[in-house]
Amino acid sequence: METSILGLAAASLRNRLVSATLTILAIALSVTLFLGVEKSRTAIRTSFDNTISGTELIVGAPTGATNLLLHAVFHIGTPQAELSWARYQDIAARPDIAWAAPVILGDSHRGFDVLATDQTYFDHYQFGRDRSLEFASGAAVSDIFDAVLGAKVAAELGYDIGTPLILSHGLESTGHTDHDDRPFKVVGILKPTGTPVDRTVHIGLEGLTAMHVGWETGSRHHLAHSITNEMIRSFDLTPDSVTAIFIGLKDKTTILQTRRALNTQRAEPVTAIIPGQALAQLWDLVGTFERLLIGVSIFVIAVGMTSILTSMLSSLNERRREMSVLRAVGAGPRHILMLLVSECGLLGLIGASTGVALTQILILIINPVLIATLGMELTGTAPGVTDFLTIVSVSVLALIIGLWPAWTATRNSIGDGLAVKL
Amino acid sequence: MNSNAMTIKISDLEYAWPNQSPLLRLNAFSVAAGESFCLLGPSGSGKSTLLSLIAGVLAPQKGQLEVCGKSLETLSGRERDQLRADHIGIIFQMFNLVPYLSVLQNVLLPCRFSQRRRSRFERPQDMIEDAERLLRQLGLEDPALLSRPVRDLSVGQQQRVAAARAMIGAPDLIIADEPTSALDRDNRNRFVSLLQDEAKTSGATLLFVTHDQDLAGLFDRSVTLDEINHTTTQSGAA
Repeated sequence: METSILGLAAASLRNRLVSATLTILAIALSVTLFLGVEKSRTAIRTSFDNTISGTELIVGAPTGATNLLLHAVFHIGTPQAELSWARYQDIAARPDIAWAAPVILGDSHRGFDVLATDQTYFDHYQFGRDRSLEFASGAAVSDIFDAVLGAKVAAELGYDIGTPLILSHGLESTGHTDHDDRPFKVVGILKPTGTPVDRTVHIGLEGLTAMHVGWETGSRHHLAHSITNEMIRSFDLTPDSVTAIFIGLKDKTTILQTRRALNTQRAEPVTAIIPGQALAQLWDLVGTFERLLIGVSIFVIAVGMTSILTSMLSSLNERRREMSVLRAVGAGPRHILMLLVSECGLLGLIGASTGVALTQILILIINPVLIATLGMELTGTAPGVTDFLTIVSVSVLALIIGLWPAWTATRNSIGDGLAVKL
Repeated sequence: MNSNAMTIKISDLEYAWPNQSPLLRLNAFSVAAGESFCLLGPSGSGKSTLLSLIAGVLAPQKGQLEVCGKSLETLSGRERDQLRADHIGIIFQMFNLVPYLSVLQNVLLPCRFSQRRRSRFERPQDMIEDAERLLRQLGLEDPALLSRPVRDLSVGQQQRVAAARAMIGAPDLIIADEPTSALDRDNRNRFVSLLQDEAKTSGATLLFVTHDQDLAGLFDRSVTLDEINHTTTQSGAA
């Protein structure tokens, strides 16, 4: 029941609930902005960095390195052109290339990207620290109309092995563009990877070609229905073009020579990129913006901290009698100092902790939006060292800031004596 | 404390607020241990300043001021704070409680700052029981009041809480600065009587300050500040 200085500080803040709440809110919002920016930045970088490994080169039609990387690996944006199948075969046949996985993008299923590829992709695509794709259930594509689902596709749509699915022409389903005459069947579901693979429907190259029989003009021919799936099986289903080629080299030390050789060929020019290097370019590109955002968020924290000062200094005059009473019951100037500094520290601590909690809530809210728009989510954002250090830093800063009003209150309390005439 | 000793002993004490002429100049004045003493004087006569000096909140500028056996002019600010926490209980005129604490928290507040007062109780529960006893003695018998915020109490109830807070842990000196000014005549006399009874029970010296001449007869001794203060001007008094 005996009240400690910290207890007095807490009770005093409760007594000024509205002003204290507003101050806490100001700090919480500033911390949320700072942590939100920092966590988004870190999570996006980690997510991007972990999406592809073990692939030495990515080759696509001539375009910028970042554009090719974003489209081929992260399924963001649209390609300007494609590579011919013959070009793919030339490249795959090069003696310095160990494996070459063609990928074709452009179709979708209920908002999820469809990626057509062959077994090479499943054998060699790696993510994180050289982790390969693994099946949670079922197996790889073995028939023309087989599909393998990423973990999120299966989870969000509630699909299982054997579920039929209709793919859509292009990236948006309008009903008129569904390939409903060529239904696919789920034969495999991949384990989660934390990469865009999770949100991808994988089909075979032949399946993609088969699906587009009768769609050569970009829309369905009125006689397309007359071509049965059995008839299609007898066609040559080799695709005409590919979106990109994922390449592994026999000797990794030849990566620069191979890239140069590919980039300088005049017959059907291509862009060959090293994924890590393209990512570094991407981070260089966004680095200035990131630094600007962090700078702004730190500035906002400073504004939040100023609100502590404003709140405390403006309350000092009306609290002179309270300080006088405390002095009368035995509190010394150091107790007054500790009380005011503790109040500031508590405001900082509660504000920063609320900010950390708000950040977590915000991440829960924006993750579905990120998934829908960018096909990725902020992972690894659970409260950790950064959050702890932010709470400690803001609290310590609040304690230091508190010295100003505390010192003023101490001087007042000494000068006022026992009688405060207000 | 020895009953023959002086709780307050002043000689040649002088005090002036900054940039003002002296407000207090007391040649010789004392209050004996266990005495019930009334200091009279109109508003602005320097009573509160004298109390601030006796309580050790203000430091004497000239002369000697001995309280509870300690010469305040020789003590540091921290030592004066400790003397006040350990030996002195103060009752203010009005609004003298910490508004955001409950009745019980207000009464126990001095124990927070004084090991000496805490040491009078074997267990924390004893401290609470003594606070309850003091409040009962002073007329606050409802246990439900203990956890109530003091801002919910009437002025009369607040004065009783302030009195209990001043007396918790049995201080040697109780200073009451016009505590009855907000009370009617009946309640005023009853409050003074309760205060004196409690002070006598605990052996404390009571220094009661008022501008109400009618109360003077209720105390062992009374004096008007003007009688002992030898200044010519008293403007700017606190």
